[in-house]
Amino acid sequence: MRHNFCPLGSLIFSVFKTLTDQQVTVELKNDLSITGVLKSVDQFLNIRLDSIKVLDEARHPHMMAVKNCFIRGSVVRYVQLPSEHVDTQLLEDATRRGAPT
Amino acid sequence: MENSSIQEPFDLIRLSLSERVFVKLRGDRELTGILHAYDGHMNLIMSDVEETIMIVDVAEGAPAGQPATVNVAKRKMEMLFVRGDGVILVRLPYCRICRCSCNQVSPPSRT
Repeated sequence: MRHNFCPLGSLIFSVFKTLTDQQVTVELKNDLSITGVLKSVDQFLNIRLDSIKVLDEARHPHMMAVKNCFIRGSVVRYVQLPSEHVDTQLLEDATRRGAPT
Repeated sequence: MENSSIQEPFDLIRLSLSERVFVKLRGDRELTGILHAYDGHMNLIMSDVEETIMIVDVAEGAPAGQPATVNVAKRKMEMLFVRGDGVILVRLPYCRICRCSCNQVSPPSRT
């Protein structure tokens, strides 16, 4: 079997674990974008963010008082990552091996 | 031989690692960017990403068959994780098989 994917998708899970305490921007499928500090992530890519800020606060006034949140992985569309903390060479090698970083 | 290395669908994506790829997503979105990682869910990590969003405006009360106006919004992102459930297709911007720029990935020839 050449594709030895971990059933839990642990490669990308590992990437998110290495990015804990970094600032990320999560864009949800309902177009809400939330910037915050990544506090934790699990195998489903559920995400806990601290010190959050909603990008378009005028459109989402009900989010103004929220300081931290838990985001269900399935509602995420994108996560913008800090590129200086992502080793792209390591990622490509790990993806080719089909093994977690 | 290029063709013999493509056995399974994911082989095509594996050959696209560290190359600029085109990704079509749900919700009339398209991305181009350099592919760095993927997994079995087609979660992707890409860099130097340009996103194109097609916003189709059908004018109210317009007769059926009248062409709708399409607005295109573009934005750039440095490093992006894309959740796999939104991915429709991934393709190279050039033909992997014949290396021409016909913008198609043709199936490996069986001859």
